[in-house]
Amino acid sequence: MAEVPNLIPALPEIFLVCAAMALLMLGVFQSGDEGKDEVKTAQLISNLSLTTLVLTLLLVTTIASGPMLTFGGMFINDSFAVFFKVLVLIASALTITISQEYMTRQGIARLEFGVLILLATVGMMMMISANDLMAMYLGLEVQSLSLYVLASFQRDDMRSTEAGLKYFVLGALASGLLLYGCSLVYGFAGTTSFDTLAALFAAHPEEAPSVGLVIGIVFILAGLAFKVSAVPFHMWTPDVYEGAPTPVTAFFSVGPKIAALALFLRIMIGPFGDLAAQWQQIVVFVAIASMVLGAFAAINQTNIKRLMAYSSIGHIGYALIGLAVAGQGGDGAVREAGIQGVLIYMAIYLFMNVGTFACILCMRRSDHMVEDIDDLAGLSKSHPMMAVALAIFMFSMAGIPPLAGFFGKFYIFLAAVEAGLYGLAVIGVLSSVVAAFYYLRIVKVMYFDALGDSLEKPIGRDMAGVLVGTSLIILLFFAWPSPLLSAAAAATRGLFAG
Amino acid sequence: MTEFPILSLVTFLPLVGAGFILAIPGGDAEVVRRNARSVALWTSMITLLLSLFLWVQFDTTTAAFQFEERRAWMPAFNISYHMGVDGISMFFVLLTTLLTPICVLASWETVTDRVKEYMIAFLVMETMMVGMFSALDVVLFYIFFEGVLIPMFLIIGVWGGPRRVYAAFKFFLYTLTGSVLMLLAILAMYFTAGTADIPALMEYGFSADMQTWLWLAFFASFAVKLPMWPVHTWLPDAHVEAPTAGSVILAGVLLKFGGYGFLRFSLPMFPDATIEFAPLIFTLSIIAVIYVSLVALAQEDMKKLIAYSSVAHMGFVTVGVFTLTAQGIEGAIFMMLSHGVISAALFLIVGVVYDRMHSRDISTYGGLVHRMPVYALTFMLFMLASVGLPGTGGFIGEFLILLGIFQVNTWVAALTATGVVLGAMYMLYMYRRVIFGKVIKADLKAILDMNRREVMVFAPLILVVLWMGLYPAPFLDVMHVSVDNLIEPFEQARRAASGVAVAGR
Repeated sequence: MAEVPNLIPALPEIFLVCAAMALLMLGVFQSGDEGKDEVKTAQLISNLSLTTLVLTLLLVTTIASGPMLTFGGMFINDSFAVFFKVLVLIASALTITISQEYMTRQGIARLEFGVLILLATVGMMMMISANDLMAMYLGLEVQSLSLYVLASFQRDDMRSTEAGLKYFVLGALASGLLLYGCSLVYGFAGTTSFDTLAALFAAHPEEAPSVGLVIGIVFILAGLAFKVSAVPFHMWTPDVYEGAPTPVTAFFSVGPKIAALALFLRIMIGPFGDLAAQWQQIVVFVAIASMVLGAFAAINQTNIKRLMAYSSIGHIGYALIGLAVAGQGGDGAVREAGIQGVLIYMAIYLFMNVGTFACILCMRRSDHMVEDIDDLAGLSKSHPMMAVALAIFMFSMAGIPPLAGFFGKFYIFLAAVEAGLYGLAVIGVLSSVVAAFYYLRIVKVMYFDALGDSLEKPIGRDMAGVLVGTSLIILLFFAWPSPLLSAAAAATRGLFAG
Repeated sequence: MTEFPILSLVTFLPLVGAGFILAIPGGDAEVVRRNARSVALWTSMITLLLSLFLWVQFDTTTAAFQFEERRAWMPAFNISYHMGVDGISMFFVLLTTLLTPICVLASWETVTDRVKEYMIAFLVMETMMVGMFSALDVVLFYIFFEGVLIPMFLIIGVWGGPRRVYAAFKFFLYTLTGSVLMLLAILAMYFTAGTADIPALMEYGFSADMQTWLWLAFFASFAVKLPMWPVHTWLPDAHVEAPTAGSVILAGVLLKFGGYGFLRFSLPMFPDATIEFAPLIFTLSIIAVIYVSLVALAQEDMKKLIAYSSVAHMGFVTVGVFTLTAQGIEGAIFMMLSHGVISAALFLIVGVVYDRMHSRDISTYGGLVHRMPVYALTFMLFMLASVGLPGTGGFIGEFLILLGIFQVNTWVAALTATGVVLGAMYMLYMYRRVIFGKVIKADLKAILDMNRREVMVFAPLILVVLWMGLYPAPFLDVMHVSVDNLIEPFEQARRAASGVAVAGR
């Protein structure tokens, strides 16, 4: 036992966590006593955080070579993990990029922001690489605790504080459910290791699992559904999204969601893959409920952040179709198609969502942020380029070709049809028509309505860069889809090989 | 066949033009507008000339796809960029490239707001439409088919009339609902056959049970697009609110998506279901022809009247397509082409007086013949063409369709033929009220006849309509082999059913 574990697979996480500590200390020593330096320090720290994330990204991609286990099999680094880690790192980096100006101007530019994002990223990466119930919980909590603080980062603001508290209480409850589920699984199966669990269930395919075990799985499912904000565990989403500072909301809608979904996929396909008959129906229900609720509840929203909350609930519903397909069993190729669909969907979702939130962050009028959809009236006249970008994101989210969002849905529905889940597919496409209505409403407000009070301009350079980059990715995805498709295919094979 | 990718060029050249317009630097607003218009006009004219090459080079002796191009696109999924045209789709490409420059020219002076965006929208739409007609991969087809929604939504919503928001949403959501069901059918086909290639899918032969469902899903989309009764209600709204050029494209090209879709997918891929559902189509078409014509008779708004007349004419087209005879189908294609030109011209005609009086109500006008003789003559020509006067393009299509349906079912033929009479009624009635009578309204006294730009817009359309009516052979020759190939399986089934020995031929 005195043997030192192989640290290479976890090198990116180790680097990231060390860098986060170092930055924290650097920040504390830099800022000194005078308050006026705080903004400068915060900017320095967030720039350094950005650099750290980029370096981590390089590390993640360079050490990727086949599945590697370490820490007694609790930590795995395979192509599936690499795919999701890249997404999460991009999400974190983009969030920091679009947050700097906002933080400074809202007077909440503090050095902790960058550090907290880094720590949350570490947690997410651990979740993605978890190969044991304990490791999973550890990662989840590192991430969640950072996020609770981030949600209430604007501590003098009522809404932000409320959002943080709400998120904490409900998040703690979900973590409790999850942990309870883990303990039930441990109690009835006798192990927490994903590999052992998988081998155990594979060895006794005919035997019905004990009731306690099934209840444990259901609890784990509920906890994870909370983390990805799927119906019926979605109630916190609109409130937290609305209350949290906008860059934090942007982060919530991509990073943690993607990481939690990765965990969701790994735990359902890996250890519980042979028990699919037990959980597949739940996933089908959750997917349908999320799509339908996401579509209908968003129609009446006037606040764009709340709207995005419901929209993200809907998107998770679509992504979960892929998991339902993978749980349908049958042909291995079909199951892989389902998971591959989820990976493509989440990658595209990341860029659409970050882009949209970058637009929301540009909604500023005489030094205060505005968040109503009607505030976008006549945007096409005052900010033609921003309007085009937002219109691209909206049409893409509605799933209109040739934009990237269409392809995300395309692969998901393709998998659903292959698996014979026609009912799910029909409900999915019909709810996407309903959802198209509210995405179109934003386009309508920007293009058809007369110009009201103009929003502030010009928009910042960072914002413009992110907007141009993400909108070009969404717009031109159709021209060269192969890189993402093959990366997703490789990641899927990695998941099923494990 | 040359290696030159002419079809891709025709498809994507408008997009290049749109890029140029986007790159026009800001500055003097008037200069920007002028530049945007000229770039759009030049691009669409060059595209038109290029597309004429398709016709010149077209081989009328084969039913195979021509000018084919194939490139790997999503190799892992066996989905490729595959383009090509045959005798059925070739003229639709030409129709699109003909109408786009006319739209640009027709909006030359009337659109002054956001000209750059307007022209970009039209050019993007041209790319989508040409791509739709020449795509030979179902996924590619769907992308073009749906992609049209975005520019059209914006055109109706931004440059439309008072109820444009309602109309734009209705248009978008109606079409999207139909199309997503088609998407599922496409996915199911792709999964079953293992290919997204249209020629390969035509060969595949789906099981009878599956054909029924696939046919219905495609029908959901095409029936909305065409539009067929009872899902036609988006069309009058969209037409009334859209700017003139938007109506032209909508009536001229977008409505043909449905008819083309039936010919490209439903007939060759689901032949059993097609035979099974033909009575349903006949019923809906007859209702469309008779009921919608009566509705048209009661309209007070000129654009609405023409919109309803489009629905009625599309009823003829569906009857023709589902006769499954060579005459019927050739008539249907011919009718779609002639309707594309005629209804486009009729909307432009309404646009001419609308630009002067800002009213589309029939009651606003009267006695225009005294003030606008050239206009009255043009109007008369297209009105009669729409009614189906021999010597115009409208006649050939109607005649062939009726010829085809008489071989299949006399009752359907008789009921469909009433549409010809009703069509004459509402068109002549409108024409009389707008053109004849005395000029009694004071504001009409000063109305001016068509100017040179407007004459230039109509001249090519008049030429085409008369050509189609007087000497239709060049058009029919192109379709002939492809249509024969299309109905071959149906002919076989019919011969088998009637017991005529094939050897006897």
